[in-house]
Amino acid sequence: MKASQPLDRREFFKVSALAGGGFALSYYLSPVAALAQSAAVDNTARVFVPNAFIRIYPDGTVKLMAKTPDSGQGVKTALPMIIAEEMDVAIDKVIIEQADFDPIYGGQAAGGSRTIPSSYEPMRRAGAVARAMLITAAAQHWGVPADELSTENGAVLHPPTSRAITYGELALKAALLPVPDAASVKLKDPSEFKIIGSRIGGVDNPSLVTGQPLFGIDMKLPGMLHAVYERCPTFGGNPVSANLDRVKALPGVRDAFIVARAAGLQPGVAILADTTWAAFSARRQLQVVWDEGDPSAQSSTVYDATAATLGRQPGKVVRNDGDVDAAFAGAKAVVEAAYSYPYISHATLEPQNCTAWFKGDQLEIWSPTQNPGGQLDQIVALAGLPKERIKIHVTRSGGGFGRRLINDYAVEVAAIAKQAKVPVKLTWSREDDMRHDFYRPCGWHFLKGSVDAQGKLSAWKNHFITVGFKGTETPASSAGLSPDEMPARFLANYRLEQSIQSTSVPTGPLRAPGSNALAFVFQSFIDELAHAAGRDPLEFRLELLGDDRLVPGTGNRGAPYSSARMKAVLRKVGEISGWGIKHPKGRGLGIAFHFSHSGYVAQVADVSVAPDGTLKVHQVWCAVDVGPIINRSGAENQVQGSVGDGLSAAWLQEITVERGRVVQSNFADYPLLRINDMPKVEIAFIESKNPPTGLGEPPYPVTPPAICNAIFAATGKRIRTLPITKTDLRWA
Amino acid sequence: MPTYNLKVNGQTRQVVAPADTPLLWVLRDQLDLVGTKYGCGIGLCGACTVHLNGVPTRSCQALVSTVAGMNITTIEGLSPDGSHPLQKAWIAHDVPQCGYCQAGQIMTAAALLQNNPQPTDDDIDGALAGNLCRCGTYLRIRAAVKDAATAVASAKEAAQ
Repeated sequence: MKASQPLDRREFFKVSALAGGGFALSYYLSPVAALAQSAAVDNTARVFVPNAFIRIYPDGTVKLMAKTPDSGQGVKTALPMIIAEEMDVAIDKVIIEQADFDPIYGGQAAGGSRTIPSSYEPMRRAGAVARAMLITAAAQHWGVPADELSTENGAVLHPPTSRAITYGELALKAALLPVPDAASVKLKDPSEFKIIGSRIGGVDNPSLVTGQPLFGIDMKLPGMLHAVYERCPTFGGNPVSANLDRVKALPGVRDAFIVARAAGLQPGVAILADTTWAAFSARRQLQVVWDEGDPSAQSSTVYDATAATLGRQPGKVVRNDGDVDAAFAGAKAVVEAAYSYPYISHATLEPQNCTAWFKGDQLEIWSPTQNPGGQLDQIVALAGLPKERIKIHVTRSGGGFGRRLINDYAVEVAAIAKQAKVPVKLTWSREDDMRHDFYRPCGWHFLKGSVDAQGKLSAWKNHFITVGFKGTETPASSAGLSPDEMPARFLANYRLEQSIQSTSVPTGPLRAPGSNALAFVFQSFIDELAHAAGRDPLEFRLELLGDDRLVPGTGNRGAPYSSARMKAVLRKVGEISGWGIKHPKGRGLGIAFHFSHSGYVAQVADVSVAPDGTLKVHQVWCAVDVGPIINRSGAENQVQGSVGDGLSAAWLQEITVERGRVVQSNFADYPLLRINDMPKVEIAFIESKNPPTGLGEPPYPVTPPAICNAIFAATGKRIRTLPITKTDLRWA
Repeated sequence: MPTYNLKVNGQTRQVVAPADTPLLWVLRDQLDLVGTKYGCGIGLCGACTVHLNGVPTRSCQALVSTVAGMNITTIEGLSPDGSHPLQKAWIAHDVPQCGYCQAGQIMTAAALLQNNPQPTDDDIDGALAGNLCRCGTYLRIRAAVKDAATAVASAKEAAQ
């Protein structure tokens, strides 16, 4: 398996152009039309194209398109594995190409851990269609019944006569056949899988370890200028004037201009120069007069104080089951606690960047994005061109985590390139990236819970204070809380109230949106109640989940919740972690479970806290049920990465705001986890016979509460505010 | 603007650049060696690590005016064909997730193995603590460095 050369796309344009018109209706190309027209245009393009994802050449080359952008979640490898499985081609021999944006692929956004669940069956059927046509071609070639034929390793076999013919030899015969209905082709029984479920290294690894250009920031075009873009330090401010003449006279600078506010971008000042460094240097001389609005009330201390005030008042009732007050009155123990967590930043290691070339009647973009279709929608108005005249090339992304679902950087470069009329690469500095993010929202929870005489969780009340973006009517992006979120639906007495305070800080999805903070709060508070009841935290949780059943949902995040699958991962993580071991003070185990993005995950963390407060996370055990695993190596990577990410955020990270500005700017004041603090990770996949679902997000939310609950077990100190560094962990 | 003769990956390359230009941007924008990455610009993330006379150095902090005459090695020059034991181990362990930091990780690890052919876990952590990985590939980085060290030792033994 190898990746195709990034610029080897000439033929792709042709094939997609041939599909033109029928874009949205079907991604299955007619191979007859494709072949006939290709042959007429260029004889070298003779190729069997059973559908948009597969190309088989007469020389035996098999090229598979990876439709979804890869920012480290491994789909550029996993999706072609699924196609290759049903085609019966050796995965190590295929060429994999990252697809540019094209509606022919039927949706290319990489978010919400949706790539695998939404693509699994279509990719299998794409491969099975090719295999069926190759079998038909071989049956005609040999004059034998198709049911006497089998396939293996890129060839059709006729066992009765021990004959074999390669896919390459059959390609042009197969290309003349009608394409069978994808819904009718026979799929393999999973017991026959050879590739799905195996360990395959990332297709781009050879290029990555030798430093080949792959990422958006690596783009270079003839005559390209390098751009930087200064935005207002407060969110929503506007440029009034700037010393553009002085900046334009600086060495290496070609142009500087103000970019007006437009849909999808913040207004600002662009500087174009011959090199990135010339642009960065010129920026230090740039002076802009901003209309900042009134940022005086926009600060983290104000947000905290407002939340505390709101928390003392009743909120809007979002869900009210049973009678929490009656349950509290009759409880054996009642616990009240206030939890909170800060804004955090995505901090993808590749800062936001994008390259654009506006050629008057067409616009070409090279974009590290998770959402090329959304990008096109955002750019189209600003470009003033029909969609068909805008081409988005998808590059590899140096991390996504949800940041690149929002395409502000692409809108910026499109605006700059439209004015520049030459190719432009816009590079954000690290400081730009940290101060102009769409942050994971902060939040506050004022909780009251109780256990009854049997030591069972009996009631749960939460007043959730969240943020609205410049308003108090609806939560900001990713700042909501579903009325279905655990322990709702599992308790007779449950009450959720909500209040919203308005802030100017833009928010957006960050790995396991909502869940990444909510699991910390709820799994920690469940732990508090387990301890108040004098119960084992694992047993207490199993009891809460109740009998094996599928609990229906009501809200937008209320997918049916399988208590059986969750209990299975909880029991499994208990087994593999040796749950129940009692350590002397200073060391402890903590447990948590969470359901999100269709995945069931439970985790145990083993931590020690030295008397001087030094925290060490030794190991975590993670039990995961996302159905069958596609790529075992990639799947383990996602779990390990989620653990590191969850620990990094919970322990170290906080974005604060003062006078409307983000305080943090770089890794000095916004640390990332380092290698010496990475715990061992032991993983158990429970491969239930459910359809496979995504793994980029589900293992993240359990990590902060497992670790915080372990800190409690070690020290008796309950972490109710993130990051953990805000709590004094010293003990005697 | 001044002209500098740089010895990059065994070749002499002439560049014209302001004296305060970090080597990082000379490599990326002028010499088309983009394997060396920009991550923070202040020497904190390690994505821009190159070797200067064999010493791992943050190229965002090394000004072009100070590196003329030194032997500069970038990820593109670590081996002629991707066959350095670390490159092979990185592929064998499927280390990268997004992959953006990995060139810097490998360059730091390569310098470590030069000086300490059989590093312990603590040695590896100590050497690589300045190379951030946002995706959290640290466990596989550690395993790959150890495997590469073993591979080098076995090859040496076989040669003797």
